[in-house]
Amino acid sequence: MAKIELTVNGTREAREVEDRTLLVDLLRDHLGLTGTHIGCDTSQCGCCTVHVDGRAVKSCTMLAAQANGATVVTIEGMAKGDQLHPVQQAFTDCHALQCGFCTPGMIMATAALLKDNPQPTDEEIYHGLEGNLCRCTGYINIVKAVKQAAETMK
Amino acid sequence: MFQFSYLKAKSLADAAALAKTNPDAKLMSGGMTLLPTLKQGLAQPSHLIDIGGLSELSGIEVKGDTLIIGAATRHYDVASSAAVKKAIPALAYLASLIGDPQVRNRGTLGGSVANNDPAADYPAAVLALNAKIITNRREIAAEDFFQGMFATALEEGEIIVKIAFPLPKHAAYEKFPHPASGYAMAGVFIAETTSGVRVAVTGAGPGVFRWSDAEAALAKGLKAGVLDKLKVAADDLNEDFHATREYRANLVQVMGKRALQKLVA
Ligand SMILES: Cc1cc2nc3c(=O)[nH]c(=O)nc-3n(C[C@H](O)[C@H](O)[C@H](O)COP(=O)(O)OP(=O)(O)OC[C@H]3O[C@@H](n4cnc5c(N)ncnc54)[C@H](O)[C@@H]3O)c2cc1C
Ligand code: FES
Ligand code: FES
Repeated sequence: MAKIELTVNGTREAREVEDRTLLVDLLRDHLGLTGTHIGCDTSQCGCCTVHVDGRAVKSCTMLAAQANGATVVTIEGMAKGDQLHPVQQAFTDCHALQCGFCTPGMIMATAALLKDNPQPTDEEIYHGLEGNLCRCTGYINIVKAVKQAAETMK
Repeated sequence: MFQFSYLKAKSLADAAALAKTNPDAKLMSGGMTLLPTLKQGLAQPSHLIDIGGLSELSGIEVKGDTLIIGAATRHYDVASSAAVKKAIPALAYLASLIGDPQVRNRGTLGGSVANNDPAADYPAAVLALNAKIITNRREIAAEDFFQGMFATALEEGEIIVKIAFPLPKHAAYEKFPHPASGYAMAGVFIAETTSGVRVAVTGAGPGVFRWSDAEAALAKGLKAGVLDKLKVAADDLNEDFHATREYRANLVQVMGKRALQKLVA
């Protein structure tokens, strides 16, 4: 068993889990943070994207043990009370989702992209979201949402 | 995933000792290849020895006419490093093309080179630039290191510590990525080195290889257009449901042409 201590959305957490536990399973099954989704078993869809020490990662392809001591932010940590994060607001405003399954990952990937590159071009948005797949919307409205978020966060 | 024990190595020596006492253990750097493999049930190591972030395996520095990059350096850090961009811009560019942002935030140089996936990007740079792979036991020339599909000169428990890239005069990389995974369907790295022009091809064959016909043609004159009429033999190339070997042969020629255009521009 592995003793894991980490900060999730600002709260210190400590759990003892099997060594093989993935970060996504720690978040969903042990901490009840089910906003982070699992959409594939090949590390390709990005639904499970969270921030670990400020960088976007696929939490299905990282052991909980590798996140020991880290600071993790999930989709649940984005809004401030009732106030949505500008990226969340933009996805709502631009209808950048249908079923919403990919959306938590899209939002986390977008937030990370805008941190590195606050005013991305269309081309840079395509590349920045390459690790995230959406089966529903087509990507047009997602790209619109990224641009709106970039505008509001200026 | 099967059960395994997770061991966090405290140092390079600790990692080597752990590998020695646990013959069925596997080293883990970024885990971006190993964890998907374990999730598919394709390997069953007794232990994972985490070497990610070990200080001996970290760092990027230019020493004289060599760029030295620690094995645990993430693709993102190579792609965004001012030192790499200045010393070998083609290498930073190559790193920026690997997979997607999340993969680049975890995956490492050492993991990629040790894995030697026939469609991985780094092996093309390592071979074309005539780099040296420095392990905890010895130095291995790129030429001797890559031994075909997923095979390398690494011995049981041997750990890549860093890779030393001699600075080229010019270099360029172009790849045609698989649209879903980002891996190279064909990638061509051309380096004008002090000992001549070297051209390495990844993605197309069972392992990275030097394209000797292109090297011979470029030795006669390094200018745009030289590769335009060069045919690539398809016989030894990979064929799968993504592409026929003839298609890959054509891609090699096209990527070679594009890389050359960039190199001479
Ligand atoms: C969705 C996706 C897309 C990808 N696209 C690309 C792509 O376009 N191009 C590309 O090149 N790669 C791609 N990759 C692979 C990625 O680059 C991996 O990061 C890399 O191949 C392995 O690095 P790692 O640090 O994650 O290694 P790990 O997964 O930790 O290890 C891989 C292997 O190397 C061994 N190993 C690791 N470090 C060392 C060391 N220092 N010494 C000796 N052995 C060691 C391990 O034991 C293991 O066998 C992709 C991966 C994913 C999941
Ligand atoms: S669940 Fe698909 S990439 Fe993590
Ligand atoms: S909104 Fe349904 S998968 Fe993206």
